[in-house]
Amino acid sequence: MGDDRKIYFDHQASTPVDPRVFEAMIPYFQERFGNPSSHIHTEGVRANQALDAARGQVAELVNSETDEIIFTSCATESNNLGLRGFLKANPDKGRHIIISEIEHYSILNQALKLKDEGYEVSTLKVAEGGLIDPEAVENAIREDTALISVNLANSEIGTIQPIKEIAEIAEKHGVFFHADGAIAVGNIPIDVKELGIDALTISAHNFYGPKGIGALYLRGGNNISPIFEGGFQEYGMRSGTENVPGIVGLGVAAELASIEMPKRIEHLQKLGKMLWKGLEEEIEYINFTGHPIQRLPGHISFWIRYIEGESLLLMLNIKGVMAASGSACSSNLKGADEEDLAASHVLTAIGVPAEFCSGSLTVSMGKDNTEEEVRYLLDIMPEVVEKLLMMSPLYADKLRGKDPYSK
Amino acid sequence: MTDKAFPYSEKVMDHFMNPRNMGEIDDANAIGDVGNPACGDMMRLYLKIEEDKIVDAKFKTFGCGAAIATSSMLTELLKGISLEEARAISNKAVAEALDGLPPVKIHCSVMAEEALAAALKDYEARSGGNGSN
Repeated sequence: MGDDRKIYFDHQASTPVDPRVFEAMIPYFQERFGNPSSHIHTEGVRANQALDAARGQVAELVNSETDEIIFTSCATESNNLGLRGFLKANPDKGRHIIISEIEHYSILNQALKLKDEGYEVSTLKVAEGGLIDPEAVENAIREDTALISVNLANSEIGTIQPIKEIAEIAEKHGVFFHADGAIAVGNIPIDVKELGIDALTISAHNFYGPKGIGALYLRGGNNISPIFEGGFQEYGMRSGTENVPGIVGLGVAAELASIEMPKRIEHLQKLGKMLWKGLEEEIEYINFTGHPIQRLPGHISFWIRYIEGESLLLMLNIKGVMAASGSACSSNLKGADEEDLAASHVLTAIGVPAEFCSGSLTVSMGKDNTEEEVRYLLDIMPEVVEKLLMMSPLYADKLRGKDPYSK
Repeated sequence: MTDKAFPYSEKVMDHFMNPRNMGEIDDANAIGDVGNPACGDMMRLYLKIEEDKIVDAKFKTFGCGAAIATSSMLTELLKGISLEEARAISNKAVAEALDGLPPVKIHCSVMAEEALAAALKDYEARSGGNGSN
């Protein structure tokens, strides 16, 4: 084909910074470089004003109060501050926490660490579509449950959780409820008041803002302790000189998301439907993962019987399409040894056997993707899949009547 | 693709995109079937051996880019050599012939070595034991 096409379908990993966001950030590197803590001089005041404005824009996006937003360095930090900060401030709340088995590593590994420190962790199972059952949450709550944390939407399978129902249960039992909104905020409507959650993780680079900046919504604004020792920034809950350009970028990205969200969602749902339908028609051995309806717009995830995910990803990349795989073999290519390879915990959680979930692919589209790009992917998929099927001993077995997938 | 940040060498990518000797040998007299289901890798090596010489080698592999490339390279190395020489082929030799593999992918070359060992064992069983199947 010889074209230098580059199609980016990995928006769950990161999104490009919107040019309007970038434009707004530029002055804060050189002209308006002041430290917001320098309250007395003009540059400091201007930096402070920028912070206030951004806080307002983020608050508007999630319908919180302005002083309920704390800026952090990323979603991982927000997840750590949300959980650890709360536990630190509330040592008497109990030693039990509840998470789900399809959380991000910043929650899973934190829970492991908390276990080492004497906390008990209940890890909720999810149903086939990746949904957490609110009733299971209620059943897991104990007298000494300090907090619940679940992801609002899952990046790998796109499933959106019944957050409002879980929040009602948490509230009923007086348990602090944190939702990891890293890939949801800015992409789907989120109203913290309506949802009734206590804390929410926000990530700028997942909705056309820059990397290196995140936020944490905290209901009431002051129920956590800082996890860094330092100065008095961010209401004393997150010390360290603020990343002013990043915060300005997050603010503008939030404002654009507030304004453009309905249009973006409509566009992405259209692309998602087109891809889903096309793949279903073209690819014989496809199995879609995640929830068919309760899912992120423009997010399609699936695995293909008899073929492996990383090889599929590599071939698509050569043809100019960048997507993600839940394949164990592509999970950490830069790792030191095999210990760094593990089948996706999300896919095994939704019942895909480890040896078969290696064909998994996540296509996450963004606001600037086009129908033509979806059509291109649909055009090249059958040929790529066919090539891998021809190489596969599993497929050869299937043709001989020994299908490894029908047990 | 020559980008240093990219984990695979150009040779790996070449063998992945244009695998040599992919397929099956209908009258193979040595088959090595090995797999690592936890990682999702599976390799089947077919050899045609005549008078202690490997006259043909083919493979089918389910796996990542490195698994496919090592399978392809292994068959290239095996074609036309003696059984004696084949026994001396190590996973390291396969990885080196591909200009190296990322550390996490070394197991793919180990799988190639195992497939070869399994095929040679199969050959011995066939020729030593009951003759042809």
